[in-house]
Amino acid sequence: MLLLQIVVAGVAQGCVYGLIALGFVLIYKATETVNFAQGELMMLGAFAGFGFMALGLPFWMAGVASVAAMALVGLGLERVLIRPVLGQPAFSIVMLTFGLGYVARSGITMLPGIGTETHMLAAPYKGAVLRAGGVVMAAEHMVIIGATAVLCTALWMLFRFTRIGVAMQASSQNQLAAYYMGIPVQKLNGLVWGLAAAVATVAGLLLAPITFVHANMGFIGLKAFPAAIVGGFSSLPGAIVGGIVIGVVEALSGFYLPEGFKDVAPYVVVLIMLTVKPTGLFGERARKKV
Amino acid sequence: MRFVFKTHYDQDIALARHGGQRFWYGALLAALVLAPWVVPEYGIAQLTFVLIYGIVAVALMLLAGFTGQFSIGHAAFMGVGAYTEAYLGARGWPFPLSMACAMGLSGAVGLVVGLPALRVKGMYLGIATLSFGFIVEEVMSRWESVTGGSAGKSVASPSLFGWTLDSPAAFYYLCLFCTVASTLGVLNLLRASTGRAFVAIRDSEISAQSMGIQLARYKSMSFSLSAALAGLGGALYAHKIQFISPEQFSVVQSIDLLLMVVIGGLGSMHGAFFGAVFLIGMPQLISVAKDYLPESIRQATGLQGLVYGAVLIAFVMLEPMGMYGRWLKIRTWLELYPFYRRGMFKRQKSFQKSERLK
Repeated sequence: MLLLQIVVAGVAQGCVYGLIALGFVLIYKATETVNFAQGELMMLGAFAGFGFMALGLPFWMAGVASVAAMALVGLGLERVLIRPVLGQPAFSIVMLTFGLGYVARSGITMLPGIGTETHMLAAPYKGAVLRAGGVVMAAEHMVIIGATAVLCTALWMLFRFTRIGVAMQASSQNQLAAYYMGIPVQKLNGLVWGLAAAVATVAGLLLAPITFVHANMGFIGLKAFPAAIVGGFSSLPGAIVGGIVIGVVEALSGFYLPEGFKDVAPYVVVLIMLTVKPTGLFGERARKKV
Repeated sequence: MRFVFKTHYDQDIALARHGGQRFWYGALLAALVLAPWVVPEYGIAQLTFVLIYGIVAVALMLLAGFTGQFSIGHAAFMGVGAYTEAYLGARGWPFPLSMACAMGLSGAVGLVVGLPALRVKGMYLGIATLSFGFIVEEVMSRWESVTGGSAGKSVASPSLFGWTLDSPAAFYYLCLFCTVASTLGVLNLLRASTGRAFVAIRDSEISAQSMGIQLARYKSMSFSLSAALAGLGGALYAHKIQFISPEQFSVVQSIDLLLMVVIGGLGSMHGAFFGAVFLIGMPQLISVAKDYLPESIRQATGLQGLVYGAVLIAFVMLEPMGMYGRWLKIRTWLELYPFYRRGMFKRQKSFQKSERLK
């Protein structure tokens, strides 16, 4: 039973990694940019949620408001920062997102009285436990798992059934061909950034009741890279599966292995994955002919 | 503007293109040698840090700027060098020997990390090195019998041929020697066939391979050399700062190192040193500027990160060639004065290039 409990906690944590990784994958597929500031977007989202709650909105309303606000932030970032530099080497754009991470992190720290503190996000379900046949599960974990499932279904429906989703898929597979088909690729790239920021915000709001809201919570984004790699960097379901794998491995190694292994386990997994199967579990195998 | 008419094949690969360059680099070296007599002690300490980071920047430039393989774990190589040096130094090994071991060990570790690099490219490699950086950071803080754990480890001054280099000036000269030697070494490597193979790999792996360049061999060579140089930088850093702890070699530090070479200007040796000057000089500038800022901003902890991030974003967006590119433009403007045109350095191709299938 204890094992099951650990696994559930690991799955919940892994869902958060998976949601952040989902943001990476969305942006990578659309603009071929690896967004190293994805964790910082999550942090900003959590702070937005905290801010809206401080204004007096109830939790759910604050959640919706911060997701909407962060989607706008994502749109704006793509328009202001990313679009002008597309076409430069991928490395430069990666550095740009590093810079974005720096600015977001230090910008939040510079808010007097807010940025340097840790805050608690008072979710209504916080502290509740569910009992199912001798297994005690924290409500926070169950909400994370449930919300991830709902969000994934929504995204799947977006990509499967709506024109925008299909157009996004088309432009991520072959941008030039999508241009020729009359798909407004640049506008879609903006939307993808908005979507990624919104997903990151959901991750932040889900994580906040467990870890508190603080300026450095974005560093968890660095653990989402292993998730994205394990799942395959260009696969949306892979991101979630990879996140869950990383979360469970982390939880199990934290319990069974000596102290210290918990923090490196995700990175050991990703190194093994890169050596054995660099494309990840669900990665597409693509080859370029000269 | 000076035109160099080449009359001999050797001129193509000469270190200095004409006498003027030889004069200015000589003058720079003379100024650096004479600096301890003129510059106050604090300035010498800062210069020493610039030299140490210069070595690391040259190392990272060799890997990222010239071979096109980028590493988000270079501080870990510095850490390996620093801890090896500290450990062997405390056991009483002579300095040249322990330094050689530090370089050798970090080079060997670099080779091991380079192995997955043979299979993966681009950002996958970045994440592999990032993972490696995290693992080393954890090992440094857990392996207490060797590293002293998170409590840190103190490092004594090095002694060379019976002298203890405990004065700032003496250590400065040691660093100057190491920096000049490693820079010249890397420059010579780059104009030899090995260096040209590196650049070919950076520009197109497929073309390089079809020209008969063994990708695996040259990539791992580049990784190993770069790691060894970073280890040298780390060892000198350990002696300079005299106290090392794992958080000095963390992944955040690695990102700072990348920031240094990108702001300096990827793909140029000048850029490596511009970047090192930026990394060391910026905190000084900020602390000077703080006196003129309003109270609320002065007290904020995130100011330095904000400035770094903003400068990085500004450089990527406005001047992708970094500080070296800016310097090139200023120099060309001065040389061509009435004839300079704004678009002279504009990139010819600016369409969206796909790197996914590279």
